[in-house]
Amino acid sequence: MSATDAVGHGHARDVDPYLLGRGGGHGSGHVAATGRGAGGPASKTVVVAYGFWLFLLSDIVLFSCLFAAHAVLQTAIADGPAGHELFKPTNIAIETACLLLSSFTCGMSAVACGVRNLLWTQVALLVTGLLGVAFLVLEAKDFAELVEQGFGPQRSAFLSSFFAVVGCHGLHVSAGLLWLGTMMAQIFVKGFRADILRRMLCFNLFWHVLDIIWVALFTIVYLIGEGR
Amino acid sequence: MSDNLDTGDVAAGFAEPHEYTVWEDIQGYLFGLVLATLLTAASFYAVYTHLIWAPAIPIALVALAVAQIGVHLVFFLHLTTAPDNTNNALALAFGVLIVALIIGGSVWIMGHLDERMMPSMHQMMQMQR
Repeated sequence: MSATDAVGHGHARDVDPYLLGRGGGHGSGHVAATGRGAGGPASKTVVVAYGFWLFLLSDIVLFSCLFAAHAVLQTAIADGPAGHELFKPTNIAIETACLLLSSFTCGMSAVACGVRNLLWTQVALLVTGLLGVAFLVLEAKDFAELVEQGFGPQRSAFLSSFFAVVGCHGLHVSAGLLWLGTMMAQIFVKGFRADILRRMLCFNLFWHVLDIIWVALFTIVYLIGEGR
Repeated sequence: MSDNLDTGDVAAGFAEPHEYTVWEDIQGYLFGLVLATLLTAASFYAVYTHLIWAPAIPIALVALAVAQIGVHLVFFLHLTTAPDNTNNALALAFGVLIVALIIGGSVWIMGHLDERMMPSMHQMMQMQR
């Protein structure tokens, strides 16, 4: 196979000089296929990632509804506290740093997975999980403080939508942490099997998308809310 | 390629094991991390200082957020224009359309309704003063 493979690669480079098809191998057909169906059906990795990406996009649409509600209700404070009286910029900055760094370490776990390095995969996943826990603890403390002061979700429409959108993201992070623990156990017990690698791929997509939602969240809810 | 079909193709979020070394992979993530950190810092800086004219701050924040989401998509999710990514990119485009309709439409319609609302007792008292 290696000889034809080398020839195939050379051919692919002629057809596709910028390696847009990354050297061929798309689908199960001939190596020079462009990936647009000419090479036959796409591999399972591509199909699984596409399906999970569709789920994530539907999740983003769900969040967009909560964001829309919050944008509309941001000024409906019912003579209660407004955003700039409640939010603590330092806490939000630390939470943002935790999630951003965890997204990076999650990427490191994908790199370690790519070279089948068990130790570094587990270390990167563990750090990702710890940063996620730190984020959740900070957020839970913020929530508890607000409720203690009497500014719970029932105080005003603004606070209802605030707790809904931030809480929904927090729930997603919690679910992601459960998944992360499961992945660590599965990699430890089952090793780098093809199906485990596909699950890791989906987990990576999930965790990065959580960070993308947090970018929208701290911009719309916290930073723009600060000016109201 | 036929003996390991499953690693031949790459998709969004998948570090390509064949084309790049580990260090090059890490560099990609590092570059993304630095860019994202700079953009986040810029957002916070814009809000808590008077660098930008106050009424323009929300627009600046939205622009910075869109830029950061782009950075995440490229460097963390590995969304490219490669053939095996065309479907992912198209799905994303559709998602962006729906999100824009939901958020833009809600803000637009509710803004108009809000303007047509009868003022509350509290506001009428203030107007009489």
